[in-house]
Amino acid sequence: MNAPSITTTAPTDAVTRRFDLAAALKDSGKSALITLGLAIPILSYRTEQSGADLFLSQRWGLVAIMCALVFGLRLFLHAFTATKAYRQATPSAHQATEPVHAEPSAFQHVSKFAIPFFLGIALAFPFLIVMIQGGLGESRYWIDLGVLILTYVMLGWGLNIVVGLAGLLDLGYVAFYAVGAYSYALLSTTFGLSFWICLPLAGILAAMWGIILGFPVLRLRGDYLAIVTLAFGEIIRLVLINWVDLTNGGAGISSIPRATFFGIPFTNDEGGFANLFGLEFHTMHRGIFLYYLILGLALLTNFVTMRLRKLPVGRAWEALREDEIACRSLGINTTNTKLTAFALGAMFGGFAGSFFAVRQGFVSPESFNFLESAIILAIVVLGGMGSQIGVAIAAIVLVGGPEILRNLTFLQAVFGAGFDPNEYRLLLFGIGMVAMMVWRPRGLISEREPSVILKERKAISGSLVKEGHG
Amino acid sequence: MRWLQDPILDVQHLTMRFGGLVAVNDLSFQAGRGDITALIGPNGAGKTTVFNCITGFYKPTEGMIALRKPDGSHLLLERLPGFDINWRAKVARTFQNIRLFSGMTVLENLLVAQHNPLMIASGFTFLGVLGLGGYRRAEKEAIEKAKFWLEKTRLIDRADDPAGDLPYGDQRRLEIARAMCTDPLLLCLDEPAAGLNPRESLELNHLLLSIRKDHGTSILLIEHDMSVVMEISDHVVVLDYGTKISDGTPSEVRNDPKVIAAYLGVADEEEVQQVVAEIGA
Repeated sequence: MNAPSITTTAPTDAVTRRFDLAAALKDSGKSALITLGLAIPILSYRTEQSGADLFLSQRWGLVAIMCALVFGLRLFLHAFTATKAYRQATPSAHQATEPVHAEPSAFQHVSKFAIPFFLGIALAFPFLIVMIQGGLGESRYWIDLGVLILTYVMLGWGLNIVVGLAGLLDLGYVAFYAVGAYSYALLSTTFGLSFWICLPLAGILAAMWGIILGFPVLRLRGDYLAIVTLAFGEIIRLVLINWVDLTNGGAGISSIPRATFFGIPFTNDEGGFANLFGLEFHTMHRGIFLYYLILGLALLTNFVTMRLRKLPVGRAWEALREDEIACRSLGINTTNTKLTAFALGAMFGGFAGSFFAVRQGFVSPESFNFLESAIILAIVVLGGMGSQIGVAIAAIVLVGGPEILRNLTFLQAVFGAGFDPNEYRLLLFGIGMVAMMVWRPRGLISEREPSVILKERKAISGSLVKEGHG
Repeated sequence: MRWLQDPILDVQHLTMRFGGLVAVNDLSFQAGRGDITALIGPNGAGKTTVFNCITGFYKPTEGMIALRKPDGSHLLLERLPGFDINWRAKVARTFQNIRLFSGMTVLENLLVAQHNPLMIASGFTFLGVLGLGGYRRAEKEAIEKAKFWLEKTRLIDRADDPAGDLPYGDQRRLEIARAMCTDPLLLCLDEPAAGLNPRESLELNHLLLSIRKDHGTSILLIEHDMSVVMEISDHVVVLDYGTKISDGTPSEVRNDPKVIAAYLGVADEEEVQQVVAEIGA
């Protein structure tokens, strides 16, 4: 037997030379020339009307800017691809001991300091904002934004149980949000029950609907599961619109009792919150209370989910996502496991829904359209399926991002005074999301944290973790 | 003939049809308690279909599959829901194309296998979420059991690595360890030696013999690697085109002209005799 000859291939020129400046300059120059050629007929002259006459105004400055821009971008692209190719061709020593697909673990960078940091920021947020803005009234916008973001964090965490852990794609999650909101709205306006009694009831009712949805879709997978859950979300919305006797149809339910501080109303009179605590009355007291309420509910969701991941049911969810057939061969009742995932996810959706109702004081079917489901799902996918901190960051980016983009007035300096950033914010946002998915296709934090360790904690590369069949 | 006196698994008149295709045709065989029974046959003979019927992935068209517990009671596997075949009847299996939870660690894979006892210990999650009850202790015991099997399969050093990162041979052993973590009475292995090199396959033989000896688990295996089959099995059942063509000890089966014909692809009985004479068997 001949031993296989050991061949050493000489590394090619393109790789050893880190960045070939001359070639890059040449290519960039070519691109700039092409741009010039294109720009002369398209950009260099512009017809302008003054009175009855047409003038040709010359815009050679613009042409020069475009050519320079193309030249610069092309050069940058060359530099970028060259360094990337170089890095891939010369692996670092520690890569030899790592699995092939292991990228530098963003999770390990983030998790150490990020979790206490975010928690601290979240807890101190209202006070920070009041200090920065210099008053309760001025901070209304920011606290409302905080409440909105936290609502989506909670919804994202709830959906994360179904999509991220159990791997069941649910496009109709907003249905449970709606069930929770209408449960509180109807129970409080009809029977006069308080929020703290309605909250668990709303959760139980939503969980029940989660199971009712779960039964017919147990056998469905992938696209089929997505379509049926999507339909379920629409059915709930259409029932809410058309069952006028119960839900007051499209007009919605108004004058829902507002949040009270454990029974003490936020009113400007004897026995109100401000009076009892010796504060000066301000409507933002309720806003801050709502902020802490949703923060508490979101943290409860997180706590329960983290706990469940370490319990057999959580491991069974993840195993179900990885391989359903193997689960059955190990004696796991896959029916019950799927139903508990649907029920628990739905329950947290119900909690969030009843918070939504108590915050708005008004619910209508319009608030529960498919776009809401899509946003919640986008939060889970963008965050990295199964990752709690990733989902929280994604909720901040996805809900807070478009709001921040409202305030990009500095862009007017670039595009002229007529530029309204509001009109472009969703475009910019969309570009950002596409870039995000190109950069990290498995979400912000794709690594999976093991639920139990023997000796050493190692994050699991996202490329090994399956997305589930749903 | 231990398999006739004290069978752990009794398959009677098993037939499985997929539309017009008869994958298994009126198959009857027994697997003895404490035996290593091998199910062999050419490709497409219906071996994996028999496995899928026994482990509940298919409902047989006709026939009966009885599992006899040590206390003498019967369980009819074809009537149990799929997951109960592992949990109540204590039949565990591995797969021809390995089915590990590749994104979970090796240890997690073994804990998922102990789902049902842990579920009870966690009070069906309700007590576990609140941190009540004996879940913590039960989990510790489950980890101890997992450690035992990891040591036995020499995977202890990789306990915290994702299962998908293990080399092929290790994944095969992990799948056996995972099946053994469910405390099975009968372990069904679908081509456990496929893709293993001779040394690994020898190691597998030792592992299987020790499972049988130390844990009293009976083993039913499908295998193409004759060095494994003839070396360790006590009883061999040969299938061809869904019917049983031979049944007996390895040496009986090896010399059965029908088996030789099936493997060499000779149809005529006289020709078989001729071939047998030629090869001097």
